[in-house]
This record gives sequence, structure tokens and C-alpha cells, in this order.
Amino acid sequence: MNIVVCVKRVPMTQEVDLEIDEGASDIRRDGLAYVINDWDSYAIEEAIRLKESLGGTVTALTVGSEGDEEVLRRSLAMGADRAFRIDPEDLVLDPFVLSGVLAGVIRDLDHDLVLTGVQADDDNYGAVGTMLAERLGLAHAAVVTAIEPSGGEAKIRVELEGGMDEILRIRLPALLSIQTGINEPRYVSIMGIRKAKKKELNVIKASEIGLAEGSLSPQAVVEEVFLPPEAEGAEMLEGDPSAIADRIIRILKEKGLEV
Amino acid sequence: MSEFFVVVEHRQGQVRDITYEMLAKADELARNLSSRLTAVVLGGGGETFVDALKGWADRVVSFRDPRLAAFNSELYQAVLLQVLKEDRPFVTLIGHTPWGMDLASALSIRSGRPLATDCVDIAVEGESPRVIRQIYSGKLLSRVSLAQSEGYLMTVRPGAFSPEPEHERKGQVEERKIPSDLPEPRVYSEGFFDTSAGEVDITQSDLLVSVGRGVGDGENVSAIKELAEALGGTMACSRPVVDKHWLPKFYQVGTSGKTVKPKVYLALGISGAFQHLAGISGAGTVIAVNKDRKAPIFRAADYGVVEDLFRIADALKEQVSGQQS
Repeated sequence: MNIVVCVKRVPMTQEVDLEIDEGASDIRRDGLAYVINDWDSYAIEEAIRLKESLGGTVTALTVGSEGDEEVLRRSLAMGADRAFRIDPEDLVLDPFVLSGVLAGVIRDLDHDLVLTGVQADDDNYGAVGTMLAERLGLAHAAVVTAIEPSGGEAKIRVELEGGMDEILRIRLPALLSIQTGINEPRYVSIMGIRKAKKKELNVIKASEIGLAEGSLSPQAVVEEVFLPPEAEGAEMLEGDPSAIADRIIRILKEKGLEV
Repeated sequence: MSEFFVVVEHRQGQVRDITYEMLAKADELARNLSSRLTAVVLGGGGETFVDALKGWADRVVSFRDPRLAAFNSELYQAVLLQVLKEDRPFVTLIGHTPWGMDLASALSIRSGRPLATDCVDIAVEGESPRVIRQIYSGKLLSRVSLAQSEGYLMTVRPGAFSPEPEHERKGQVEERKIPSDLPEPRVYSEGFFDTSAGEVDITQSDLLVSVGRGVGDGENVSAIKELAEALGGTMACSRPVVDKHWLPKFYQVGTSGKTVKPKVYLALGISGAFQHLAGISGAGTVIAVNKDRKAPIFRAADYGVVEDLFRIADALKEQVSGQQS
């Protein structure tokens, strides 16, 4: 089974104060640490597990600059066989353009399954995977939490709301967008990443792909990025932990709880 | 005339809440532009809610066919493509739900209509729609405009809009025929499965001591369980804790877990992603403890503490055992 996985490098924003850049069109990136998009790490892990049980190859793709190769190295260290970085050059990447770029490359790769994460930690669009499926003419499902290939099909689970899953059968080749929690991504050591340098990592320029004119302009344009309005928000409790604990217990009692 | 269309999301005979939220918002947008509001329903034919939708739109366009009895992205896409071609609506709203996401993005590429996803606000200025979206997991907002087109698609964040429109409308149902060339679908639904059942029902507790990614490791979860018991409550958690297999799914609070309404919800090390907040919107009092003072949870909580959750947990246990002795 030949699997292609699209991965993205995103800034780590947990426990970080984000500042808006001068143009108010993005966050200030200086000083930020970068990681593989959480959803994508589950997608790569799933691809590797399928390869381990069914054989075949796993190819990791990213669209980005040299620094983004980090997530490809990580994917290779986890067990992907080869990787491609597509350099976007001057393209402005929204889901429409990004899906076009990815489709342009994946079209020429053997693919029984294409995996993406449900969404990216930065822009949270949740659209690239399904747009890519449509461009490639693949059957697709989003928010997948289990995959069991069988012949020319796969039995999958899709996570709906409130704990409800839907069981589906989908014809291959297919694109599935992968939800967090589908598996436990394996640990990757620094040694593992170093060994992965021996694996194939190719760079392709977007201009080499032969994209149609109509695919090159973004359809969704970010005009401005801003902080959410300061809502009233929480009453902040100050003091040392035992003073705070005391206050919390008093609040619990006020609300009618027996403590 | 610029028309607003809303795709009705329904499951097992019930219209999903997001549909009413979209209809209410579309009612406001349509009124501002003196334009028509249409609800589009695809179903197997047995749906009893179609008539009731007449109070929510000027027109309810209904497609009934056994092949549409269950949601299917490819079939919905084919039918809606025909609707977009024939009616050329200005803006079409779809829920930003697992089904909606699978549908809208594909429909956007197929129809050439630009798409903005997970919108928390929508405005129309002149001929151009603009949306507001959350980015960086809710820490920031972005204003997005769409490339010029004769029509636009948007997926709408569940819970972003109130489901109460200001006006009741008096629509008519218009039955339509499905396209004659509906494709043979490549995806088949085999039914549903409820993953949220388990030994503990967190929806029954008046006090939930809920833990998030900040718990750091599966080993630390038992300390939280002890705290919950010491306080006379029940443990719960956010999604990352279940994703990492530190707790089973029936403890999970949020959109893909349980919705809870305890008297007090104590959120420890939970950042406050909107999917989590959606699960506690009915909670009486929310007390949040998090090391990150910019965590979105502090916008939604009643009380906040910027501190290491374990220091607070330990202090709480001490206080309680101090009381007892």
C-alpha cells in the first residue's frame, strides 16, 4: 500500500504570548519554536503503522522553505521512506492554492491512500485535505479515527459530535483527514533524526510543477489579524496556593457543594 | 438578487442545532440586504421537520430520494452543485462540522466558489462578504475576505451564532428533483457507534475536577482523581488527555465528548479550546487554573488562577484534610 502524507511545520503557541507583526497580517515569528502540526504527526504515525502491517511505501510531503524540512526529517525518522519539500516561491498559500500545489505533485506519485491532518494548528482552516481530494478525484472522508484497509476498500471511523462515531466503507484510492488520538505517535530520538538524513529528501520548486493559472491566486485573503477583544473574563484570584485553595473551597461552598 | 442559502444538517430525523444558528444569522444578513433566505434540505423522504423549516426561511428547497437518506458527501455535493448553478446564491452557509467540512471544501473546488471555514462572524460590505475566524487555537482572530466571485461558501462555527432569529419567516416548500446523473458513491455508511459510554457518567456530577494537557503525564492523573474525591466531585478531562491515552473517552468534556452542566467546573491545565468550551457553556461556575496567563480559558471562566495546577491541587487537598482533622 503506497501512502502519501502531507505534513506542516507550525509555530508552537501553547504557553506563548503571541504578538502581531507590523503589517497586522500575521504573528511575529521571531523567537518562536516550531513543531510538526499535531494532527500531522498522528497522520504520519498511522501511515507508518499501515506500512508495517501491509507493506508498501510512505512518502511525506510539505510545502515550505528550508526550515520546514525539519518535519520531513522527523517523518523520515518515524519511518517514512522518502520526502519531498515543495518550495512555494512567490505563491501566497491559502487552502485553495496549497491544495493545488500538493495535487500537482501527488498526481505523479503512486498513491493508494493520501493522509492529511484534519487541520493545522496555525490557521485552523480544516480545508486542504478535502480540497486536495477533490482536485485528485479521490474518494474522501474527514476526521478519521480508525482505518482498516481490506482489498480495494478501507473500513474507517469518522468522529462526529458528542462521542458519536460513524462507520464507513470507502473505496481506494482515497484521501482521509486524520483526527488526533487515532494512535500514539512514536517517539523520535535525535539519533533517529540524524540517521534519517540518509533517506531521500527532494526539493521541487512550485514553478516546476506546471500549475494552471487559475490555481495560483488565493481565494481566502487574510486582511488583518487582531487580538480578541478584552472580554470581562475571569476574576483572577491572587495570593499563594494555600490562600487560593482557601478561596476556591469557599466558592465551592457558596455554590452549594459539600466539601 | 443576492440570496442566502443554508444547507440543513440533520441526522437520524433531527435537525442539528448548527442549522438553526446558521438560519438565524442568515436571517439577519438577508434582512440587511433585503434579500431572500432559502433553506436547502436533502433527505430520504421520511423527514418530518421539513414543514417546520418554513418558519425559518422564505423558501425551503427540498430534495427527497432514497439515495439521500443518509448523509453522503459525494451525493450532497452533486445535488448542491446543481443548486448553485441554477440558483446562483450569493452566500451559502454549511455547518463547520465533520460532515460539513467534508462537503464544503470539495464543493468549493468543484463549483469554483471561494470558501471561508469555521467563521465566527460574517458581514457583507457592498458586494463583498467578510468573515472573522479564530486562528492559533483561538488566541487570535483574523478578518478574511474572499476572491471576487458570483457566489461564496462559508462553513459556520457551531455555537458562534444564537439560534433565535429576530424574525419569523413564512416560507414555502419547493420540492425539486435530484440530478439525473447522480454518481455512484464511493463511500458507504454502515451506521453509528456511541463511544462515550463508560463506567463513569460525568454528566451526573455537581462538581467536576477536569484536567487538561497541563497534567503532563498519565502518571499524574491519579493525583487529580484523589483531588476530585477529596472535594466530593468527579474527575473529567479535555481532549488531549484522551488522545494521549491517559484517560478513557468517557471522561472527555467537549464537542466530541460530553456536554456538562455541573454547579462548579474546576479546569486544571486546560487551555480553553473552543471545542472544550462548547462542552461547558451550561456550567454554573467555572474556575480555571493554568500556567499560561494568555490561555483562552480565562476569557470563559468566572474565576482564574495563573499557577501550576499541582501546587493548587496539593493546597486544596491539604485544606480539605485540614478541615477534617
